[in-house]
Amino acid sequence: MANWLNLAFQFLDSFAFIVLAAAGLAIIFGIMGVINLAHGEFILVGAYATTLAVKAVGLPLPAAMLAGAVVTAGFGLVVERTIISGAGPNWVWERLEPRLSAALPDQAAAVLPSGPLIEPLYDRLADSMVATFGLSLIMVQGARIVFGNSIDQVATPFGEVAYGAFSYSAYRLVLAGVSVALLGLVYYVFTYTDYGMRARAVIQDDRTARALGVNTERTYAATFALGSGLAGLTGALFAPVISMQPTLGSQFLVEAFVAVVVGGASVVLGTALSAAGLGAIESVFSNQYGTFFGRIALLLTAILALRFLPGGITGYIERVRKRRRRES
Amino acid sequence: MATETTADGRAGPVGRIRARLEGPNTVGNSRRFWAAFAVGVLGLVVYPAIGDAGDLSLFLVLALLGLSLSVVWGYAGVLSFGQVVFFGVGGYTFGVVSINHATPSGITAALVLGVVGGALVAALMGYFMFYGGVRNVYVTIITLVSTMVMHTFMAQTAGSEWTIGDAALGGFNGMPAIPLLAVGIDEVFTIQLVRNTVELQAPVVGLVEFDLFYYFIVGVLVLTYLGLRALVNSDYGRVMVAIREDEDRTRMFGYDVKRVKLVVFTVGGALAGLSGVLYASRNIFIDPQVFGLTFATLPVIWVSVGGRKSLLGAVVATIGIEYLRVSIEGEWALVVLGVLLLAFILALPGGIVPWIDGQLDQQRGEAPESRPDAPDAPAEVTDS
Repeated sequence: MANWLNLAFQFLDSFAFIVLAAAGLAIIFGIMGVINLAHGEFILVGAYATTLAVKAVGLPLPAAMLAGAVVTAGFGLVVERTIISGAGPNWVWERLEPRLSAALPDQAAAVLPSGPLIEPLYDRLADSMVATFGLSLIMVQGARIVFGNSIDQVATPFGEVAYGAFSYSAYRLVLAGVSVALLGLVYYVFTYTDYGMRARAVIQDDRTARALGVNTERTYAATFALGSGLAGLTGALFAPVISMQPTLGSQFLVEAFVAVVVGGASVVLGTALSAAGLGAIESVFSNQYGTFFGRIALLLTAILALRFLPGGITGYIERVRKRRRRES
Repeated sequence: MATETTADGRAGPVGRIRARLEGPNTVGNSRRFWAAFAVGVLGLVVYPAIGDAGDLSLFLVLALLGLSLSVVWGYAGVLSFGQVVFFGVGGYTFGVVSINHATPSGITAALVLGVVGGALVAALMGYFMFYGGVRNVYVTIITLVSTMVMHTFMAQTAGSEWTIGDAALGGFNGMPAIPLLAVGIDEVFTIQLVRNTVELQAPVVGLVEFDLFYYFIVGVLVLTYLGLRALVNSDYGRVMVAIREDEDRTRMFGYDVKRVKLVVFTVGGALAGLSGVLYASRNIFIDPQVFGLTFATLPVIWVSVGGRKSLLGAVVATIGIEYLRVSIEGEWALVVLGVLLLAFILALPGGIVPWIDGQLDQQRGEAPESRPDAPDAPAEVTDS
């Protein structure tokens, strides 16, 4: 009995971890075609902002968590404008370039790029990976330089739930609840709001969407901010339970990636299904053979899933539908 | 192109060799380039007289890893994070075999087996992926996940049950005391390459010391570079590039896309395995860090910064970035590296070497044939 409960808690834990780690990444990858290798560092921003809001500013924990998410969303917006879309630097360059080329001798001026300085990274998977990896290096090392190798942690709220000889942190149960609520919220946003409608139109065909009057640039910026905000919220929620060090983001990255690609194109359904499947496998193997094998089982499952379900779980559903259409 | 250049009247052995090495798939098809290339190689040869050959030999070993990714990604369009898997498998295989047979024959066999091991793992993975219909970004993710599997697995091999013969895998602490690299056949002819300095009496400068390993690496790298140039400018190379540009169309023309990708991936795996063998033998040590996320990302960075469609770019950028990583000291090193990466990938998405090539062409007043530094169309990048 107790072991079954253990297993159930372990599953909820894995599920919540994967959903929360993946949600922001799934939105940014699914809608913008940008692989954000700095995703873990966005989580870091949320976690640090929350912790500092509690420790230095003295906000109560829930308000601090909200602040963490908002700060990360704002940070994401800045990153989107400067790096991902390049709008900021291009704006500056547009004004600087005529003056520079007038001031420099012709030979040097010929080397200057005449058009926009930066092409947006949308749908350039490899380039976006390299760029965001550079960003993640800067952020991890920047956090280390500014805040040192670790900062004081917030205490875990809610105490423990005891059953038999075991006890379990009640806060972790709350996290599982929050992860389900978050999926519901994202589903609502993308299905019923005006923004969600625009975002889905942009995924399907951004040119047509633009022709019909959708401001795609604003949609991309909002999407990146939303995804960053979710990453920040993840950091905020995990701030009381993980150690606050500059490299904390890296522990989220692998699970997030695996869940997103195994899930496939549909953000909510894909993330939920893959988190449930991968969480179940990880918890069963961890429970039986230890965490090392839990992790290896999760990774191998991901490889097999990608091999046999290219396009992820939701891609598979789509494929079956297509095959049926072809056969009929 | 190849036939045109020989028809130019550049027949004879040199012309024939140049025709094999030149083509639209590589930068540098002029006499001037080859002169610069010769100067560069000469620079590598005399470098130990002025600088630290120890560090440079590491960068040159890693340049082989960069080349392996450049072929796989830049020419066949398969973005692989798995080069470090083949690299690590090569290194570990070399370590295990050479510890168990620590004679020059055994070590030579270990070198060969390391390369074969890298190629074999690449072939298995490639077969699993390409013949299973896995494409584009999913190949990238599978290879990325495979590095995580190796990292997680090798990190827990600390126990005594994880020994192969006399070689303990050693978990996080890695595998120390790998025998010094030596090649040859026992009792016939053997030569030790690592930690072996040969002194020669040169006519003008007097006594000169040669670090054999360094020159061995320079030779391997130059030969590999020239060999790969011949490969990518051959008909097979054209098919590779065709696959990179449009996989479906190439299949429609009747090429066996899966087999070409598998072959290229295997060649890349062998090359990465060779790099891993040389890495392990240079450091006489290897640990699971080589499967870590940071190390797995480095080849992608080298190749992107140098120019993924340029073999020379991979070599130049690997040496440059690794030099920076080692020489910028203190806590700001990683920040500077990150800023450089961001700046290069945003401003020069085609990479440095193709950009320089384009600039040189412009200055000579030639119309740049196909601007290699033009930002990629989205459709093409999803092929990677």
